[in-house]
Amino acid sequence: MDIHEYQAKEILSGYGIKIAEGGLAYSPEDAVQRAREIGGHVWAVKAQIHSGARGKAGGIKICKTHDEVEAAADYLLGRRLVTHQTGPAGKVCGRLYVEAGTEIAKELYFCLLVDRSSERIVMVGSAQGGMDIEELAVTNPEAIVKIYIEPAVGLQDFQARKMAFKLGLDAEVISHAVKTIKGCYKALRALDVSMLEINPLVVTKSGELIALDAKMGFDDNALFRQLKISELRDKTQEDPREMAAADRGLSYVGLDGDIGCMINGAGLAMATMDMIKLAGGEPANFLDVGGGASAERTEKAFRLVLADKNVKAMLVNIFAGINRCDWIAEGVVHAVRKIDMKVPLIVRLSGTNVEEGRRIIAESGLPIITAETLAEAAEKAVQARNEVVAKEAAGA
Amino acid sequence: MAILINETTRIIVQGFTGKIGSFHAQDMINYGSNVVGGVTPGKGGQTHLGLPVFNTVKEAVQQAGAEASIIFVPPAFAADSIMEAADAGIKYCVAITDGIPTQDMMTVKNFLRRFPIEERMILTGPNCAGTISPGRAMLGIMPGHIYMQGNVGIVGRSGTLGYEAADQMKRLGIGISTSVGIGGDPINGSSHRDILEKFEQDPETKVVLMIGEIGGPQEVEAGLFAQAHMSKPVIAYIAGLTAPEGRRMGHAGAIISSAGESAAEKVALLREMGVTICPTPAAMGTTVAEVLAKLK
Repeated sequence: MDIHEYQAKEILSGYGIKIAEGGLAYSPEDAVQRAREIGGHVWAVKAQIHSGARGKAGGIKICKTHDEVEAAADYLLGRRLVTHQTGPAGKVCGRLYVEAGTEIAKELYFCLLVDRSSERIVMVGSAQGGMDIEELAVTNPEAIVKIYIEPAVGLQDFQARKMAFKLGLDAEVISHAVKTIKGCYKALRALDVSMLEINPLVVTKSGELIALDAKMGFDDNALFRQLKISELRDKTQEDPREMAAADRGLSYVGLDGDIGCMINGAGLAMATMDMIKLAGGEPANFLDVGGGASAERTEKAFRLVLADKNVKAMLVNIFAGINRCDWIAEGVVHAVRKIDMKVPLIVRLSGTNVEEGRRIIAESGLPIITAETLAEAAEKAVQARNEVVAKEAAGA
Repeated sequence: MAILINETTRIIVQGFTGKIGSFHAQDMINYGSNVVGGVTPGKGGQTHLGLPVFNTVKEAVQQAGAEASIIFVPPAFAADSIMEAADAGIKYCVAITDGIPTQDMMTVKNFLRRFPIEERMILTGPNCAGTISPGRAMLGIMPGHIYMQGNVGIVGRSGTLGYEAADQMKRLGIGISTSVGIGGDPINGSSHRDILEKFEQDPETKVVLMIGEIGGPQEVEAGLFAQAHMSKPVIAYIAGLTAPEGRRMGHAGAIISSAGESAAEKVALLREMGVTICPTPAAMGTTVAEVLAKLK
């Protein structure tokens, strides 16, 4: 789960990380009020969307008068911002963070994350801040410093100092940098953070070390014990279909194709989508219905897949282990009868009680196309989709 | 032979008396696994499914000679159960539980590394379907009947995709020595590489099928190991050709978050390392058959 910059800054501030003075705004009037409260002559009006690279997308405006703050807020609120992290659909800005302008002397990069390869926590830093770190990793890998932290022992001062010196910081800010780094580490461990990025971490002209941006991602598996973090969820920043699926205990990812999919198991789901692609089609979604697929759950899954208006054919591929094919078949028949299905349905069942499952489908009298193997299922789905498209073209 | 488990392996179930634990314990017993009891703290001394219940794993090891364990404990308590098993002297543990916090798994791995390697418990999972040595023992939640006994080792992240592979092979009359699910989480007990090493040492296993997916470095690390240290052919399928970058595809670990983690990149690297690639997920069985035919 991701959170907004202002939320991350509030959390980090509680761990001793210095941030510029700022406040949240939901309207241009709010924004001006925040600027007044902050005082000074320069403010940054920052769109709060779950994505990095907001600056490049025009999501951060530097303002020198209250009128400019108002105009910037008016421009940004409700605007759809597209970055390389949001995908082409972009994300709509519904909140602003108004922050005191900072006089920057130096921009640095700092990040902490749970590293799956070393199974430890890794601290990543670079004296070249503000840049896309992935880009820097390609163009100038030597400019990136990595320090691994043994989780049982925890971050040691010497490691934080080493990072601070590698960041090229002056002697007078080292102790503050150590405090900042240790604060970040504490937050990461205490709150089940999977990724914490400060880009840029800046040294101001007055010699202070400030987190000018902050991004935090949390481990979804740990949210059950991080209730305060769960409350920070901003549903407007997430795909509504994916949210609806998650609420029903289904795992769904919307894609650009037109063959809808309902599969049990993440690996088999990905493989089935691969097979659709190899057969000349494009999947409309990833959907893992999991182990216990009841009739009710199957119906919900069908509704979810068919809510995507691009879907021109639907493929169900179930390999029953704990599940039973007869239960799945009953669920499918029930769903098709209940929902007025307009697109062809292809069903492939395998595993426990497969004969019984196939019999239920065959005897239902419904126009369900059945397949025995994975390859056959994908080919039939692509063929059915092509026929629908051809018919539409002939009609138009 | 097979790897990790066989018909004599003395198995206990952690989370034995719960609904899920009971169901799968019975299924494993029906398959012929040598289940000798289970652990549910506070229910020690009772009998469940005709077998003794222990309060601690240590008691199960001392009194029932437990060697392997399977964990059905809820996510919040699962890491603790895994560490209890390791501490008690269990040799092999399968964690079925899905949803264990990543930092808990980091702690588990740290804990395991403190044991000298010869005494260290082998862990597979979490978030997996378990391990089966067909015809001998099942330590998992898979449908046992789809696996035929034979000479092909399978290691994979996914449960149902592993079933698909076993099913394709059975249709072609190809059997399996052991099939190991390593799970879909970002930090897991054993990697593809760890299991390849076990298959290399097993005289019964002739070839290995590795079923990987997008995300993480483990498939490529396994490929490097196979290239340098394996005499047996390795075949691979990597799922997730259509997965977009930065999106989690069901499994907590199935996400392309940096270079080299996409299916296409992994396939290209593995091919360079001499691993035979299954062109499609529907061709896992036929690809294994072709490689086996060349051995003869």
